[in-house]
Amino acid sequence: MADNGNDHGSEAQYGQFHRRVFESNAALFAVAATVAILIGGIVEIVPMFTPAGPEHSEAITPYTPLEVAGRDIYVSEGCYLCHSQWVRPMRAEILRYGPWSRAWEYQYDRPFQLGSRRIGPDLHRLGNKYPDAWHYEHMRDPRSTTPGSVMPPYPWLLNDRIDPDDVRASVVALRKTGTPYTDADVAGVEESLARQGGAIVDRLATAGIETTPDRAIVALIAYLQRLGVEGRAELEARGVEY
Amino acid sequence: MVDYDDDIVRKFFLATAVWGVVGMLVGVIIALQLAWWPANLGLPWTTFGRLRPLHTNAVIFAFAGNICFTGIYHSMQRLLKTRMWSDTLSRIHFWGWQLIIVSAAITYPLGITQSREYAELIWPIDIAVTLIWVVFAINFFGTLAIRKVKHIYVAIWFYMSFVITIAVLHIVNNLAVPATFLRSYPIYSGMTDALVQWWYGHNAVGFFLTTPFLGLMYYYLPKAADRPIYSYRLSIIHFWGLIFLYIWAGPHHLLYSGLPDWAQTLGMVFSIMLLAPSWGGMLNGLLTLKGAWYKLRTDPILKFMVVGVTFYGMSTFEGPMMSIRSVNGLAHFTNWVVGHVHSGALGWNGMLTFAVLYWLLPRLWNREVAYPKMVTQHFWLATIGIVIYTVSMWAAGLMEGLQWRAVNDAGQLANPIFIDIVHRLEPFYWLRLLGGTLYFVGAVMMLFNVFKTIRGPERVSTDAPAAVPAT
Repeated sequence: MADNGNDHGSEAQYGQFHRRVFESNAALFAVAATVAILIGGIVEIVPMFTPAGPEHSEAITPYTPLEVAGRDIYVSEGCYLCHSQWVRPMRAEILRYGPWSRAWEYQYDRPFQLGSRRIGPDLHRLGNKYPDAWHYEHMRDPRSTTPGSVMPPYPWLLNDRIDPDDVRASVVALRKTGTPYTDADVAGVEESLARQGGAIVDRLATAGIETTPDRAIVALIAYLQRLGVEGRAELEARGVEY
Repeated sequence: MVDYDDDIVRKFFLATAVWGVVGMLVGVIIALQLAWWPANLGLPWTTFGRLRPLHTNAVIFAFAGNICFTGIYHSMQRLLKTRMWSDTLSRIHFWGWQLIIVSAAITYPLGITQSREYAELIWPIDIAVTLIWVVFAINFFGTLAIRKVKHIYVAIWFYMSFVITIAVLHIVNNLAVPATFLRSYPIYSGMTDALVQWWYGHNAVGFFLTTPFLGLMYYYLPKAADRPIYSYRLSIIHFWGLIFLYIWAGPHHLLYSGLPDWAQTLGMVFSIMLLAPSWGGMLNGLLTLKGAWYKLRTDPILKFMVVGVTFYGMSTFEGPMMSIRSVNGLAHFTNWVVGHVHSGALGWNGMLTFAVLYWLLPRLWNREVAYPKMVTQHFWLATIGIVIYTVSMWAAGLMEGLQWRAVNDAGQLANPIFIDIVHRLEPFYWLRLLGGTLYFVGAVMMLFNVFKTIRGPERVSTDAPAAVPAT
């Protein structure tokens, strides 16, 4: 077979320098390519850790242990593949969902869950939009609350239980990443889970739903009900028009 | 005559063909789920949220990944006229990579995931990926070090950028603090995490689905067309332009977000500039066929290649356009993005993969392709499938984007009920399922053809092309 692969024909004259310097020296080529691919990333990512990066706000508090557990469920089920958490600064989005999402609202989000697809609606302003019982029924059977919904049911969340030791491990790891949890927060994980979970169980009971504070659904409700709430309150406190 | 290691090439070849069918099958299943939700089966392990990462990871890292390795192990030995530096490292790479794929296929349905798009693997598997990649890199650069040809051909420049950049992206993006064996939290938070992730995510497209494939194009297209590369100078310019510009483009995934405006604008500007080196590659591929276009009538391998490179050109035009802020405002979150991705994945990556596999099949096993006509049938099924897929997703995307944003004269949403818009997408989802199924059936036919060929009689004629073509 003819050797085409290495045949550059008469054009070789155009690349004499490149050919001489790079194309015969693998190490030099590798170094040059590494430099070429590093520049853009460095210029864009490094400033994120300086004041040119995303804004921080004292108004946003870290997730409570129950919310951490709920967020872990959200992450585990891959909710982000159908739901964004990202209201864009556009008229229709603000009408449909509420105030557009600010950078500081995400400051404790690890991993970020902005999403890239809206098979279902955005969830960033979901908190306090519906009662706890709505979420419970919605996860059990989405069509019971949203007729015609195409979301699959998640009945196992009604039975699965969360493990306080597991949640504590999450809080400890999050603390290591820089989330400002105190020693008291870590020590009080179990008590905090019971208190916040108990409150949700009580509210569900008023709607005739019986469950226990350690159920996965309770944690998920805790997480969903805080989405966008502190951010909206802060924007209102600042008197921002939206 | 150099004793090339073709056993490792055959291994990666078969892995490509098998994982391709698996990944596309999962794609067909989740496409059905969007058209008809009961296909989620009511089980935790089969919901769309758990299966979609399995689909994307299988087609990117298993199907596309294995063809890159197939082509690299095959062409690199010939271009450098040496056997791979270490047969042992080649095999550790092969088996390690397949084990990683299997571990992904087990963890995702169980809900064990980082839920960072295209980087869903949990931290222990991320470490395994890093180790296997280091093994690959040592073998790759070791082979370069013992090469018998001084000059390094353009295909290998692209392979090199793949080896280096994927290592950088994977490590930086997956830095995390483990909480348990199955769960960790990234060291970055919020918008910074989003930026790092999309720097990774977009360059997975750039350096996993583009540069190694351009390397394959630069080796196999001239081989199949029996023509030299059109322009050496263009290959230099577009190589450096591509790898330098690509890495900046990530923030176009975060337009209209909380990411600082300067970073959004950089992402948009560099994405638009990326059109030039992308089309440089496309033109260098297509113009290589100058004087050989007549061969397209009879050679299905060239058909696959030309459609593949053409789809590369189309999706690298569409991408920069979608990165323009105002266009992105309409396209983002919609099925248009899904259509765009698949014109690249099915059109460019898939078609070029099929071309390389069909080119290698008779040579690696020294056998005639069992059903030559089936190759052409595969080509038409795949091409028609892609067209149905992308056109239906464009239509669906434009429709939902416009209906989400429509506001009536009273200043209210024209379509306030979200689920109403979802239902209007249903016909398009069925069409997409049809397109995807045609493409999938083509891949199954290829797998069948591969196994029939391998089990067929060995070539005896001496004037037929040798199993190991001289390079």
